[in-house]
Amino acid sequence: MVIRAEFAPWIHQFHNLQELRHSASLATKVFIQRDYSDGTICKFQTKFPAELDSRIERSLFEETVKTLNCYYAEAEKIGGQSYLEGCLACATAYIIFLCMETRYEKILKKISMYIQEQNEKIYAPRGLILTDPIERGMRVIEISIFEDSGSTSSSSSGSSPTSSTAQ
Amino acid sequence: MMKNREYQQIDPQALATPTPTPPPRPLPDHKPKRARRKWEVFPGKNRFYCDGRIIVARQSGVLPLTLGLILLTSGLFFVFDCPFLVRHLTSCIPAIGGVLFVFVIISLFQTSFTDPGILPRATPEEAADIEKQIDNPTGSSSSYRPPPRTKEVIINQQVVKLKYCFTCKIFRPPRTSHCSLCDNCVERFDHHCPWVGNCVGKRNYRFFYTFIVSLSFLTAFIFGCVTTHLALRSQGGNGLVFALQASPARYPFIFDLVVCFFSVWSILGLSGFHTYLVAANLTTNEDIKGSWSGKSGNEDVGNPYSYNSMIKNCCSVLCGPMPPSLIDRRGFVPSDDSVQTSPVEIELPAAKNDINMCTHGTKGLLETASRSPLLTSSCPQAKPQAAPAVLEPLPEITPSPALEPPKIAGGRQSTNTSHKHHSHHRSKGKQASHHTHKTANSSPRPHHSHSSRRKDSKNRDPKFSSLR
Repeated sequence: MVIRAEFAPWIHQFHNLQELRHSASLATKVFIQRDYSDGTICKFQTKFPAELDSRIERSLFEETVKTLNCYYAEAEKIGGQSYLEGCLACATAYIIFLCMETRYEKILKKISMYIQEQNEKIYAPRGLILTDPIERGMRVIEISIFEDSGSTSSSSSGSSPTSSTAQ
Repeated sequence: MMKNREYQQIDPQALATPTPTPPPRPLPDHKPKRARRKWEVFPGKNRFYCDGRIIVARQSGVLPLTLGLILLTSGLFFVFDCPFLVRHLTSCIPAIGGVLFVFVIISLFQTSFTDPGILPRATPEEAADIEKQIDNPTGSSSSYRPPPRTKEVIINQQVVKLKYCFTCKIFRPPRTSHCSLCDNCVERFDHHCPWVGNCVGKRNYRFFYTFIVSLSFLTAFIFGCVTTHLALRSQGGNGLVFALQASPARYPFIFDLVVCFFSVWSILGLSGFHTYLVAANLTTNEDIKGSWSGKSGNEDVGNPYSYNSMIKNCCSVLCGPMPPSLIDRRGFVPSDDSVQTSPVEIELPAAKNDINMCTHGTKGLLETASRSPLLTSSCPQAKPQAAPAVLEPLPEITPSPALEPPKIAGGRQSTNTSHKHHSHHRSKGKQASHHTHKTANSSPRPHHSHSSRRKDSKNRDPKFSSLR
């Protein structure tokens, strides 16, 4: 998917992240789970995890999650455009799904851009990185927390050593 | 001496140097090889063709039989009936038949070859995080193993229990079920259909519905045409029997008639059943288990996913937005030593091995090493599964229908009677439907090949466990 190809070079370019890479180590990951109170639509809990307490303001975090929820709601909205797409697809025996990009996919691209932008502006300066939920099967928003060097004596708090961005 | 020094330095220094060509690596099996696609390491029991573009269940069931019957019946129709009917009636007949036939074949292939909505398995970190959350509340007693883990959520003022899937290490989202035949959790799991050789779930339910509806129209159409053909022929001569005997195409007639006769009833019934499901926004799985019918004595249950409007339900199920595939079959596996239980992995660390070395000391290393065998053990089918998929020629579907059916008892079986007895048994429990199913199944049918076309695999034993 396009998301990943874009993501890797961005990491190499971004200055703050370079600093992260040199000095930081992956401390832990926090997972924001899905909120199923509205059914099976894709929506994430806005509950602020305790591990982020000292790292980022609650309002910023909630803003991010709410915006993501809005994007997903828009993607899964059943309305005029989705009906049109569905009926057209049915009429053509669903062949058009092979040819054109669905509305959902377009919105997923927007989401990945948004996450990238959020990471650059808000999260990376605070030593956090958001992972696009699509890479985790839309189950969780994974937030990787990096510790700065110096105070890393207690860094490996039981987290897996895999998948760190420190390159 | 040298060796000693190297060994000591593994932790801080040697680890910190990212070596693109690592010769004496402490970790085993790190060979630089071509980047593999995720479908090659997919842990479920699926087969992939065309470099991951096409996905089928491991046992393709009786898909070739389905295809063969459709092709044969339609072929005989076009060859023997169409010319006569075009002469005597109208030339629209082959046109209509052609359109229906095309719809049937295309939707069959789409149902069979589309990812039904498979949920990728949890990454190790996620699984650990969930374990932590589960273990904490249950707390003290370490000796007593708690019952299967469930989590309750409230959806639309209704309490819904989410079960923990031990294979995929996730709490299954609502309406998700684990298919034991494919060894995957599938979203909005309807059933595993041996006739199309795949699970029917969120992403391919509309294809499946199109398939059975168009197939019922096609079989009804062919049946009607063949009957008309015979009627027209017997008008001129001395009756039906004479017409049959005189015609060179009597065997095709008989074949078509019999096949279509049985399939019309069964497939039409099945379409009716699924139309009901669509209108009520239910899945076959939920209907069979009676999740929302209040059979467990709880008066307050109703389907929390229904929009309480038939039209809206139909539109949301059939014309809703097409969700993307979550398993990203054609993405590349990050070049990494750790075994992927989940095919969707974070792609940031292009040089993941180096990160492994850089970021943590011996402790982290040992953790990784100890985790890898755990991961491999949790998906024992991954490697052996991938190999046959790669070796097989494309796009071959290799089943052995004679051998497979006994194992493939999906939930389809009770559906087939359900659709007949639906109005009667819906309020009854699973037992009743099981019973009626068995009764229906035991009645002998002259044409097993076709009666079994009614999505009930001719063999017994509805394995409800496959719907877990």
